[in-house]
Amino acid sequence: MIRGRVIKYGDDVDTDVIIPARYLKHGADPQVLKEHAMEDLDPEFGSKVRERTIIVAGRNFGCGSSREQAPLALKYAGVRAILAESFARIFFRNAINVGLPVMEVPGISEAVEDGDEVEVDLERGLVRVLGRGGERVLRGTRIPEFLMEILEAGGLVPYLRRRFHAEDSPDTG
Amino acid sequence: MRTAIEKILSRASGRDATVGEIVEAEIDVYMTHDPMGALVEDALDGMGAGVRHPERVVAIQDHFVPAKDIESAILSMRLREFHRRFGFGAYYEVGRGGICHVVMPEEGHVVPGDVVVGTDSHTPTSGALGAFAVGIGATEMAAAMALGKLWFKVPPTILIRGEGAFPPLVHAKDFILKVISAIGTDGAVYKVLEFDGPAIRGLEMDERFVLTNMSVEAGAKTGFISPDGVTLSYLEKRSSRPPRPAYSDRGSFEDELTFDAASLEPLVAAPHSPANVRAASEVDEEIDQAFIGSCTGGRLSDLRAAVRVLRGRRVSEGVRLIVIPGSRRVYREALRMGLIEALVESGAAIGPPSCGPCLGAHLGVLGPGEVGISSSNRNFRGRMGHPESRVYLASPSTVAASAVTGRVTDPREVVG
Repeated sequence: MIRGRVIKYGDDVDTDVIIPARYLKHGADPQVLKEHAMEDLDPEFGSKVRERTIIVAGRNFGCGSSREQAPLALKYAGVRAILAESFARIFFRNAINVGLPVMEVPGISEAVEDGDEVEVDLERGLVRVLGRGGERVLRGTRIPEFLMEILEAGGLVPYLRRRFHAEDSPDTG
Repeated sequence: MRTAIEKILSRASGRDATVGEIVEAEIDVYMTHDPMGALVEDALDGMGAGVRHPERVVAIQDHFVPAKDIESAILSMRLREFHRRFGFGAYYEVGRGGICHVVMPEEGHVVPGDVVVGTDSHTPTSGALGAFAVGIGATEMAAAMALGKLWFKVPPTILIRGEGAFPPLVHAKDFILKVISAIGTDGAVYKVLEFDGPAIRGLEMDERFVLTNMSVEAGAKTGFISPDGVTLSYLEKRSSRPPRPAYSDRGSFEDELTFDAASLEPLVAAPHSPANVRAASEVDEEIDQAFIGSCTGGRLSDLRAAVRVLRGRRVSEGVRLIVIPGSRRVYREALRMGLIEALVESGAAIGPPSCGPCLGAHLGVLGPGEVGISSSNRNFRGRMGHPESRVYLASPSTVAASAVTGRVTDPREVVG
């Protein structure tokens, strides 16, 4: 169960505003990514984001570039999950691969206000909204099981490390 | 009834791949470049894995080259070292390759029927050769390199038919902008756009690559054009690998949309979305910079089109025109044909083959409040520089005409 406070955005949040290309020369430096996440879209993001932030957005979140620095920047900034009407496909896969939970939740952008508290049950694909207008539950698209395993491992790198070196870590078999 | 993509993924996964299924497909070609190579190598090291088929990997220096500062020099070094460590099948040093999406087809790295992955979202460019080519992230690339295969959800295909023939000064760029404006930036998410019809068959390869490249601006997983005589004669002398052409069966498409190329006019995508499309003639805005280059505007046909507009004319006093040939081959051919001389004569600044200012990194970054018109593929906020700059996307003819007049201009007004 992931719980957090909502920062809400609209449709077509692209990777160039999530982390502008001018910072890509720094590779995947966590400090740089964290500092500049979302700065071209929302200069206040850095001060709004807290350890328990959940981003809620409209359609086509993460469209544009294949840069993995986009989900990494949000993860390093303290975002715990992203719920959107829909995602651009490369961003969706990149987010899972770096261990940042993402889920498609139809109707989420209407049901949730900036600052609402939400609780995400990835296993069951449910989102509980604890908003000003009372509590309600939305149904999202459940993440396929093999992707849940990647998320649970903390991303594709630790997941495959375990697979390639199963003999090194007997208790994860 | 199966789509070409279902057939390619069936061959690559060794099972009957139908739309909606998740399959593991063997990868024929892997592409990575300077901004992502270091991340891929770090992920591989994190996994404790090696590269299963280094001979299938193509590494290309293209984004921040020649190195613009110390950080980008380090990324460049990392890609070079990554190649030396594993001995990739091909490596393109600064000055000897160019933009990955121009180089990959041009140097014969892709043939029809291939499954291609690249750490760049415009990897679908190679789909114009009848391949299944998709963009992926760095960690995903590491996994694919380690395993030799990657999972894909088999996507449905939307057929985009182009009727008629393109009028003079109207390009593939105008066609794809029309398509994106019609279906939206998420109109093809998780789907394939397949292009066919007389208008498409009448295009040379240089122009076809623009269609598959920009399919991703409509959210598509990839773009695809089945091979024909134009494809096969392009591949001749470039690749020795045998093609495995795949064709979609009639009735296998999820949807079919028809666009009339004959009635198209020069278009632009206004700031800040490739779907924000209008006629070039309807836009009244002065520009500061014009850019002809990138993986959708730096091929030989683009430079030829630009020179057709610019020859005997001069770039407007208040405008910088930046031209960057997409590859060494394009550059050399353009020199041989006298195109570079004509461009310099008109007042253009020529840059070395690279991505240049397309992604706002160097060689022509826009300042606060500046307006650019560009033959590239993205105009998101801040894409080409300062977040307060604004970018119009257009064909090379429209960019060249705008450079002459100093404002967004329909090239038919200049060439007449």
